[in-house]
Amino acid sequence: MLVYLIRRSLQSVVVLLAMSLLVFVGVYAVGNPIDILINPQADQQDRERSIAALGLDKPLWLQYALFLKGALTGDLGNSFVQGTPALGLILERMPATLELAVVAMLIAIVLGIPLGLWAGMKPDSLSGRSIMAGSILGFSLPTFWVGLMLIMVFSVMLGWLPSNGRGETRLLFGVPVSFLTVDGWRHLIMPATNLALFNLALMIRLTRAGTREALLQDYVKFARAKGLSNARVIGVHVLRNILIPIVTVIGLQFGSLIAFAIVTESVFAWPGMGKLLIDSINFLDRPVIVAYLLVIVTLFIVINLVVDVLYSALDPRVRLADAKG
Amino acid sequence: MNVVLDVRDLCTAFATRAGVVRAVDHVSLTVHAGEVLGLVGESGSGKSMTGYSIMGLVEPPGRVVGGSIVLDGREITSLSPGEMRALRGNRVAMIFQDPMMTLNPVLRIDTQMVEAVQAHDDVSHAIARDRARDALARVGIPSPDERLNAYPHQFSGGMRQRVAIAIALLNRPDLIIADEPTTALDVTIQGQILYEMQTLAQESGTALIWITHDLSVVAGLADRVAVMYAGRIVEEGGTADIIERPAHPYTRGLIDSVPSRNRRGERLRQIPGMTPALTALPEGCAFQDRCNRATAACAVAPPMTVARPPYEAQRVRCHHPLPDPTA
Ligand SMILES: Nc1ncnc2c1ncn2[C@@H]1O[C@H](COP(=O)(O)OP(=O)(O)OP(=O)(O)O)[C@@H](O)[C@H]1O
Ligand code: SF4
Ligand SMILES: [Mg+2]
Repeated sequence: MLVYLIRRSLQSVVVLLAMSLLVFVGVYAVGNPIDILINPQADQQDRERSIAALGLDKPLWLQYALFLKGALTGDLGNSFVQGTPALGLILERMPATLELAVVAMLIAIVLGIPLGLWAGMKPDSLSGRSIMAGSILGFSLPTFWVGLMLIMVFSVMLGWLPSNGRGETRLLFGVPVSFLTVDGWRHLIMPATNLALFNLALMIRLTRAGTREALLQDYVKFARAKGLSNARVIGVHVLRNILIPIVTVIGLQFGSLIAFAIVTESVFAWPGMGKLLIDSINFLDRPVIVAYLLVIVTLFIVINLVVDVLYSALDPRVRLADAKG
Repeated sequence: MNVVLDVRDLCTAFATRAGVVRAVDHVSLTVHAGEVLGLVGESGSGKSMTGYSIMGLVEPPGRVVGGSIVLDGREITSLSPGEMRALRGNRVAMIFQDPMMTLNPVLRIDTQMVEAVQAHDDVSHAIARDRARDALARVGIPSPDERLNAYPHQFSGGMRQRVAIAIALLNRPDLIIADEPTTALDVTIQGQILYEMQTLAQESGTALIWITHDLSVVAGLADRVAVMYAGRIVEEGGTADIIERPAHPYTRGLIDSVPSRNRRGERLRQIPGMTPALTALPEGCAFQDRCNRATAACAVAPPMTVARPPYEAQRVRCHHPLPDPTA
């Protein structure tokens, strides 16, 4: 286990390095932030002073080397625009995005698995077919469009739910969260549902396919032959088996949920990391873009690790490599 | 001997695109306490479906459409799903062919055994576990206490089948339906398990229906044999009678295609032709396209009759039964 963790951490460092280099070169290729940041009327002297202050006068390799040196001490540089540490800006916005993503994932799981089980048990019934038809919609409708429609219906026409912001927040371990207040929930539910839609459809399909396959297996027939109740056959024998792929997909999807939150955050003006990224890209604010991507990649890596551990806990046939170590 | 299972004119049908298929067609069987009945036939002849029908495990689009099944003196075709569930794994148990597939791969052996006890008996987990351990010991699994904590993949194929047998024995059923439980195993392990099953059944008075396509397996094990073809029982009698004096041409063909019964150097004799699709059965005797004794009379379905009167114990469904070669 320890050897496994060490190897995984080393791999992660390599991924992070490659990632940061790519973004560095990528943003450099896209354009010069100075053109955006500096008043076009500024004279040549002012201009050169600003370039030097941001460190943009140095050759790219040196800029990258300095960035790496800072990164070792946890300093990912200051935002070109705001002048404050980029990492701080990201971490400040992270709770809002995480809250949105977690609630969206919970919606997808809590609704998706039971609906998928039902559709898998009764594939030819009207309800089973309706669930599947619904999941196709969930897959194919674009997120931003559904978001706008939700706002149209529930905020503009019915006036039931607010269309932007986090609403009233409360501190939980020093972090502001919306889900502890009624007003927060009213702000949270619509963007979370919007973000959940794709994963809800995915959960339904995955659970249904897994259930249908599991029901054909001999171990299900044998479980029935033992005289077990239907609830136990489905709830224990079938569910325990299909949980293995489901947990894997939940883990993988959670990362992309955070990434996709960009769209939902923009539509609902949700003050998360995604909105910050969009603004930063507009200003070619390289430190913030790099910091955002490094944070996202780190999240992906951590999530993958958690999935691997869960996977080996759920499936006795899988043991993490070097489990004896 | 008292009758454990009495099946009369059992019919199980599937609604398919090509029409209704009778996978089990007027099957009648009687099994007594402590008796071993061999149910023999080629692949697709309806052996497993007969077993599932008795267990109430036929799944849509299949359905038991007729006949009666009396278990321990009680008609069970009319039971509610709940009453049927209470019988399954309790009064009648079933073991399947592939031991690699019948145990749930992600649940521990003790979980899978304890639940089988608790499904029928309101006992504590500890008592159920004790019973599970005793059952494992009975089927010859070494250090059963430790093995209870193992997962199926930690057992060999033969050991897994022993676990499945132990599960079937847990609630001391009156009848066990064993659906080719040794086919997937090595010959030596096959022999051991056959022997152990026979002993267990004799000791406990449990009746056994042993399903197989291999007559040589049944020869040393069964008291009586029923031969199935295209969903019907075509011959039935004592094991020695069936093997030494088969009356049905199909039974004769099955015996001739068992390797050990052929002389060395002689070519194996196969039954000519193929098992017909159930949707395309000929009018009359289902075997006529492959039968070398067929006549015009065979276009009328033959009834089940005494093979060689006045000897009553061997019955056959054929217009022209074979003569007794030993007479
Ligand atoms: N879902 C189904 N739809 C239509 N027909 C089916 C279905 N399942 C089984 N059958 C029919 O039932 C017949 C009997 O099948 P069964 O499994 O009982 O055969 P078997 O004698 O056990 O064969 P094997 O030795 O291969 O196990 C098959 O020939 C098949 O035509
Ligand atoms: S009834 Fe006719 S066709 Fe059928 S087995 Fe007997 S002899 Fe052959
Ligand atoms: Mg079968």
